[in-house]
Amino acid sequence: MARVRLEHVTKTFGSGGGEVRAVDDVSLDIADHEFMILLGPSGCGKSTLLRMIAGLETPTSGDVFIDERRVNDVLPKERDVAMVFQSYALYPHKTVAANIEFPLKARGVGKAERAEQGRQAAAMLGLDTLLDRKPGQLSGGQRQRVALARAIVRHPAVFCMDEPLSNLDAKMRSETRAELVELHHRLNSTFVYVTHDQVEAMTMGTQVAVLSDGRLQQVGTPQEVYAAPATAFVAQFIGTPPMNVLPPGVLGGDSVRVGFRPEDARLVSPTAPDDGTTLPVTVRLVEQLGHEVLVFVDCDGARLVVRQPAGSGVPAIADPVRLSVGEGVRHHFDATTGERVG
Amino acid sequence: MRRRWRDVPAAAALLAPSAALLGVFVVYPLARAILLGTRKCNVSGRVCKTVGWHQYVTVWRSAPFQNALGNTLRFVAMTVPIGLVLGVGLAVLADKQLRGIGVFRTIFSSTIASSVAVASLIWLVLLNPQIGLLSHLLKDAFPVVKKPGLLNDGGTAMWGVAISSIWAGLGLTFVIVTAALQSVPRELYESAFVDGAGAWRRFTNVTLPMLSPTLLFVAVVMTARAFQTYGEIDLLTGGGPNSAGRPTETIAYLIYGKSSKIRNDIGIQSATAVLLFVLLLVVSFIQFRVLERRVHYAE
Repeated sequence: MARVRLEHVTKTFGSGGGEVRAVDDVSLDIADHEFMILLGPSGCGKSTLLRMIAGLETPTSGDVFIDERRVNDVLPKERDVAMVFQSYALYPHKTVAANIEFPLKARGVGKAERAEQGRQAAAMLGLDTLLDRKPGQLSGGQRQRVALARAIVRHPAVFCMDEPLSNLDAKMRSETRAELVELHHRLNSTFVYVTHDQVEAMTMGTQVAVLSDGRLQQVGTPQEVYAAPATAFVAQFIGTPPMNVLPPGVLGGDSVRVGFRPEDARLVSPTAPDDGTTLPVTVRLVEQLGHEVLVFVDCDGARLVVRQPAGSGVPAIADPVRLSVGEGVRHHFDATTGERVG
Repeated sequence: MRRRWRDVPAAAALLAPSAALLGVFVVYPLARAILLGTRKCNVSGRVCKTVGWHQYVTVWRSAPFQNALGNTLRFVAMTVPIGLVLGVGLAVLADKQLRGIGVFRTIFSSTIASSVAVASLIWLVLLNPQIGLLSHLLKDAFPVVKKPGLLNDGGTAMWGVAISSIWAGLGLTFVIVTAALQSVPRELYESAFVDGAGAWRRFTNVTLPMLSPTLLFVAVVMTARAFQTYGEIDLLTGGGPNSAGRPTETIAYLIYGKSSKIRNDIGIQSATAVLLFVLLLVVSFIQFRVLERRVHYAE
């Protein structure tokens, strides 16, 4: 049970000319039992933000609250947080059981109770039969579960996870995504999860906070962020493939950039009458994905992508066609600030 | 099978250079020394007669050898644990991201650049009962440093040699352990920190296990070096003080030292050298067997 609140948090590294502003005036309210995803490209400051919540970094300015308690100067162990690292950070010389029990040992929990709670955490993640192994004898997915078991063993109020799935193969990753969601339902904890993978953000998060260059771009449910991106950056970061954003002046005024989702546009015959909603484009690449087709086209030097269901007429490469973008599916962004204007 | 035989000449040709080098500089001298150990020679070393393998037993049982063996073991027991603990301690202290830490790293590793001779002379002066700075500073706490002097007292002379030797070896231990510390993943410390482990628990649960292969290596190298200590003894005590019955005469010094009793008998010298070699072999083997069980090698 914990609400995490960041108020005007800034973190800089280095000083003088070499100063780097990793996190720039971020305010974020994470409700109790939320599954909050911190999403952004590498170097956007999301990991630094997470480390400030966990207590591994101290904010340069601003405050971090956990349940109304200001924790800027509180040691991690007194914050009731657990952290899962991208590298898992398992102790290679300890058995799986000893790894899982370590947080309890560090807190002076007795041996028998430690073993009991360790077994429970291991059982929850299906590690029962691996307790005597060393991490070196486990697969990537198993190691990842041990790291999770070690995090849940002491029932922390807040779970911090720093890209915990990026070292897994694609199949394992999608399996573990579902398990993490289930784990979040079962545990009464707040999850804060860092990733650069928008698929993870869309599938697991109850809330998504998108960051870029240390600044918070948008906070909302995955659906909100997808349906109404607050900036052109968010629009182009979320979705596979992401939103097309046209250069200023195309389909709109000179101060506006028009964006549209790949699935919201259609390719039409070049001889179709121009009613002001179509653009002349040239087909550059066609990707057959089985259930759908991605058509990449050039429009005045801009590369756009259109998603079509499989089976519909697919144009050939170098074909001149027209791209139809209905009024209702357009997003408008300010050409200079990138902010949504309608 | 036929194919294998055809490869023999080529294999022999490729092996020949290293086999020749090993043969000339290792195998032949070793065999020669083992054989020499069965002979007894006159002062000039020109007239020798074979007295047989039992000379090894005679040497082992002789009073000078037993004395030197005891001194050597005492010296190893003094220098290896203390040198290891100090080296690890300094390396952990210097393994911080602090301004100016490079200065300390340079200072701590500086003894690597000083030879045994230089180190011994520094300590010979520092411990000199008349002019030595340390003798002056410690004269109230330890009167022995003034009278008769740390190196002149039978009970403390070996400590004087050990201090000099530990100091001289500290730089190497520090550099090796520092390098090993830097290869420990930071997340392990951070994870333990978030999990509530204090500094000491992080040291015993992360640092020491991750360092263990390095520590085993350093311990074996330090032990082998300590068993063969010669320079410090030669410069600081010459095996003496003689009045106390040669309490700092190590096996290596017994073999070749200026004032050694067996200095003029190449047969007995060889026998002693071979015994030292066998002793070191056994000790290193035991160290690897015993310590290896407690050592973690990262996968």
